[in-house]
Amino acid sequence: MSNSFIQINNISKHFKDVKAVDDVSFEIKEGEFFSLLGPSGCGKTTLLRLLAGFEYPTSGNLLIDGIDITALPPDKRPTNMVFQNYAIFPHLNVEKNIKFGLRKLGLSHDEIGNRVKDVLKLVKLEGYEERFSNQLSGGQRQRVALARALVRQPKVLLLDEPLGALDKKLRDEMQLELRTLQKNIGITFVFVTHDQQEAISMSDRVAVMNDGKIQQLSAPNELYKNPKNIFVSDFIGETNFLKAETKSSDGGFINVSIEELGEFKIKNNLNIAANSSDVVCSVRPESMMISNVKSDWDICLDAKIRQTSYLGEMTRFYVEVKGIDKTITVSSQHFDNQSFENNECFISISLEDISLLNKK
Amino acid sequence: MNEKNNTLLIYTLLYFVFLYVPVLFLPIFSFNDANYMSFPLAGFTTEHYEEMWSKRNLHKALWASIKVGVVASVISTTIALFAAKAFARYKFRGEKISYGGIMMPFLIPEIILAVAILIIWINLGFKLGLVPVTIGHTLFCTPFAMLILIARIEGFDFSLEEASRDLGENAWGTFFRVSFPLYLPGIVAALLLSFIISFDEFILAFFLTGSDATLPMYMWGQMRFVQKLPHVLALGAVIIVFTTFIVLLAFWLRNVGQGKAKKDIALKL
Repeated sequence: MSNSFIQINNISKHFKDVKAVDDVSFEIKEGEFFSLLGPSGCGKTTLLRLLAGFEYPTSGNLLIDGIDITALPPDKRPTNMVFQNYAIFPHLNVEKNIKFGLRKLGLSHDEIGNRVKDVLKLVKLEGYEERFSNQLSGGQRQRVALARALVRQPKVLLLDEPLGALDKKLRDEMQLELRTLQKNIGITFVFVTHDQQEAISMSDRVAVMNDGKIQQLSAPNELYKNPKNIFVSDFIGETNFLKAETKSSDGGFINVSIEELGEFKIKNNLNIAANSSDVVCSVRPESMMISNVKSDWDICLDAKIRQTSYLGEMTRFYVEVKGIDKTITVSSQHFDNQSFENNECFISISLEDISLLNKK
Repeated sequence: MNEKNNTLLIYTLLYFVFLYVPVLFLPIFSFNDANYMSFPLAGFTTEHYEEMWSKRNLHKALWASIKVGVVASVISTTIALFAAKAFARYKFRGEKISYGGIMMPFLIPEIILAVAILIIWINLGFKLGLVPVTIGHTLFCTPFAMLILIARIEGFDFSLEEASRDLGENAWGTFFRVSFPLYLPGIVAALLLSFIISFDEFILAFFLTGSDATLPMYMWGQMRFVQKLPHVLALGAVIIVFTTFIVLLAFWLRNVGQGKAKKDIALKL
C-alpha cells in the first residue's frame, strides 16, 4: 500500500478573484476511502474536478501513482467519476451506458461482455440491461453511474455527493453498501460531501475544508475528539463553546481563564500560545452533565434553567449562569428527565473533556 | 361567465376563419373546371394538375428551389449549431453583440438585405444566379435555426458531456456519441424549418436570381397571364400540403424527448 498514491502539491484554483482552492497539499493512500468534507463553496467539489480533469489548477501539480496528471485531459486520466446527478446518458440503455467507456480500452468482445456482467452483479442491477434512465429509480440510477465508472477499473473513483439526491433511508443503505463495495474491490475512493455524518461513518480519513483550505485532515474519530480549530469543532457534531483566555504555559499544560468559571490547568495539545485572548474552549454535549444535585466533577456550576428543547439524542438548555444567558447542548442520557426544583440545576464539566482551540 | 366564454369562442372561430378560409380557396379552385376564380364552381377537373406536371420551366424552378433550400438549410443549421452551443453553454466577452449580429437578418427588412447583397455581389464582379440567392437564404435562415437549437440545447445537461470525457472519449467522440444524438431532433427541426423558409422566400430571390427562377419566382411570373392562373393554383395547393407536413414534422421533432421523462413514471425497485 503506497502512502502517497495521490499527491496534491500546492494546488490552487482561482476563478477570477475567488480562490476556490488555495494552496492545498496532501496525500491520499492507495485503497483508502478518503472524504473531502465542507460546507458549500468550500472548494471540495473544485478539488474533485481538478482530480477528474474538468478544471486545471492555477498553480501546483497532481500525481496519481507516480504519474504527473496535472495537464492531462479527463479521458487520459486513471480516474472515473460518479456525478452528483449521475449523468446517465438518456439515449442509451443501462447496458450501453455501462459499455460506453469500454470502447477505447481495446478489449475483446468476450471480455467486454464479462466485465459488464460482473459489474452489473456487483451493483445488483442484473436484469436491468434494457432499461433507460427514465425507467429507473434514483437508487438504481446511482448504481448505473457507479457501474459505468467501475467497469473501466479506474485506479481512483471520484464521487461527487452521490447520495445527496436520495431519501434518508436509502442513503443510509447506500452508505453501508458503498463502504462494503470499496473494501471488496480495494480501489481508492475520493468522496465529496457536505454531510459530516456521511463522511465520518464511511471514511478512513477525512479532509475538512473551508475557504479553499484544508482545516484538518485526520481519521474521523480524531476530527471529533481532537478538532484542530474552531471551524472543525463547530462543523463536526454539536459542541458548546466557552469564552476563554490563556495565561501562563506550563509544559504540556496551560493555565486558562474561562469566562465566569475561573482559572484551570488544561492540556495544551495544539501548542496554543500563552497570554492570548484569541482562544475558545469547546466541550462536547456528552461531556457535560446537568443534574439537580451537586456533582464532584472538576467544574460544577449552579445555574437557572430558562427553557429547554428536546432534540432527541440531545437536549438544549437555555440557562442563566452567574447572571449571563447561555445556551448549552447536553446528551439527553446525561440528564435523564430529572425534575428541577425552581429550575435550579448544576452544570458539570470534567477538565479533561475541555479542548482549547485557536479562534483562527 | 358562460356568455364570456361564448364571446371568446366566437372570436377564436372568426380568427381561424380569417386565417384559413382564403388558403382553402386555393385547393378548391385548383379542382374547378374554369380559367377564372369565381363562384359558382363550374365542375370538377384534375386537368390543372396535369398541366402543372407538364411545365418544364416549373420543373426547373422546383429543382432550383430544392437545391437552394438544401444547401442554405444545411449551412445555416451548421452555423446555428455552433452558435447555439456557444450561447447556451458558455459566458464570453462579446456574447450579446455576437448574438445580436446573428439575429440581425431576422430583424432588418428583407428588401434591404437583398439590395445590400445585390450591390456587393455585382461590385465584386460576380454573376447573379442561385449562388447569391443561397448566400442570402443562409443569412436569413440562420437566426431561425439558432433559436430552435438554443431552445433544445438550453435544457441540455452538460454533465453528460463531462461524463463522456471522463469515460475516455475525446472532444470529437463526445460530440458524436453524446451531444449530436441528443441534439438531433433539434437539428432536424432546424433543417426542416430553414428549408421551408428558403423554399417560399421571394424578395431575396427576386433581387438575386437573374435568369434562374426559384419556385416563388416562377409563380410570380405566371401570375401575369390569366390563362396560366389555374395551374399556379394547383401548384399552390401542393405547396400548402407539403409545407404544412414539414412544419408539423419539425414541431413534433423539436419536442421529441423533452418532457418525456415527466410522463414516464419511474419504476421503483
